[in-house]
Amino acid sequence: MKNRYMTPLGWYWFLQRPAFRAFMAREATSVAVAGYLVFVLILLNAIGDGPVAYDRVVVNLKQPLAVFGHVLVFGAALYHSITWFNLTPKAMPIYIGEDRVADFWAAILMGYLPWLVVSAVVLWAVTR
Amino acid sequence: MARGATIKLDVFRCRPEDERGTFRSYDVPYREHWVVLDALNWIKDYMDGTLSYRWSCRMGVCGSCGMMINGQPALSCAVFLKSYYPNSIRVEPLSYFPVDRDLMIDLEGFLAKLKSIKPWIIHEDEKPLEAGEYLQTPGELAAFKQYSMCINCMLCYAACPVVGAEEDFLGPAVIALAQRYNLDSRDQGAEERSVAIDADEGIWGCTFVGECTEVCPKQVDPAGAIQRAKVASAKNWYSKLLPWGER
Repeated sequence: MKNRYMTPLGWYWFLQRPAFRAFMAREATSVAVAGYLVFVLILLNAIGDGPVAYDRVVVNLKQPLAVFGHVLVFGAALYHSITWFNLTPKAMPIYIGEDRVADFWAAILMGYLPWLVVSAVVLWAVTR
Repeated sequence: MARGATIKLDVFRCRPEDERGTFRSYDVPYREHWVVLDALNWIKDYMDGTLSYRWSCRMGVCGSCGMMINGQPALSCAVFLKSYYPNSIRVEPLSYFPVDRDLMIDLEGFLAKLKSIKPWIIHEDEKPLEAGEYLQTPGELAAFKQYSMCINCMLCYAACPVVGAEEDFLGPAVIALAQRYNLDSRDQGAEERSVAIDADEGIWGCTFVGECTEVCPKQVDPAGAIQRAKVASAKNWYSKLLPWGER
């Protein structure tokens, strides 16, 4: 029997629905996060090369383009984190006895609360 | 609403020998209490008896009248004309399935995938009949009940881009049904099912778009079922690495 007609999945599939666009945005933010890790490696390398190399990187970081890049990556990381925190209860629902904890509270317990605690510890370590 | 008002339905038409389908427009009487399925039935009864589509219960139980309605997978018995009136409605067969004719899709591929996960209770040791029923607590029932509500309407397949991209992907409903049995306290078949489930074509093919859950008319949450299966599979894999883990 010859191949029958089937609705094709065009390359533009992710433009077809708001949920697909949100999904692609979530996935795309991981590229920004991965890109920032490359920058961290460059920074570590500069530290290894000594104070002169490190100071050069610091000066470059004050350029408007670098500041803009950081704001962009921060926004992407924020979107990435929030969307995944909100999805976590779907993958790992919490039960108290036989009752499932509401996704809202589960997201706070597993995502937002540890995030705040870790952020506070990092802030304390950097500013003390 | 004017007396004698009509609404236009653009319906996908395709014969088995056609390489592509075409849309045919029908002006049908507009009734506030009519659903899309009522309009299709009117077309078949009074305008074009050759129109082919599946339906049965008309009450969201049988799962046979799933279609793309203005690009969204939906049960045609659950979508009212008044949600679209006075605009026209585009009706197509469910996406990513071969079309048998008009709005009827081929179910063979789906049924083969369903069979591959052994959707029945597998006992390690079969009790003799005189030993009585396999009892469950309400909590044990609650653990899987949500996933047992699936009516195999396949809307979740038409909403999933992975199904469209990967022909062999088991798909949301089948994996949710595997979870239904894996989470059943009377079942010991998880290991047997894992051959199909823990594969690239199984849970690891899912990228968690989440639309399967959004379109599910029975609130089964297949996306959640797949992610839970991923967590269980990962835990199982790591536990085998431990010196005291099961091998």
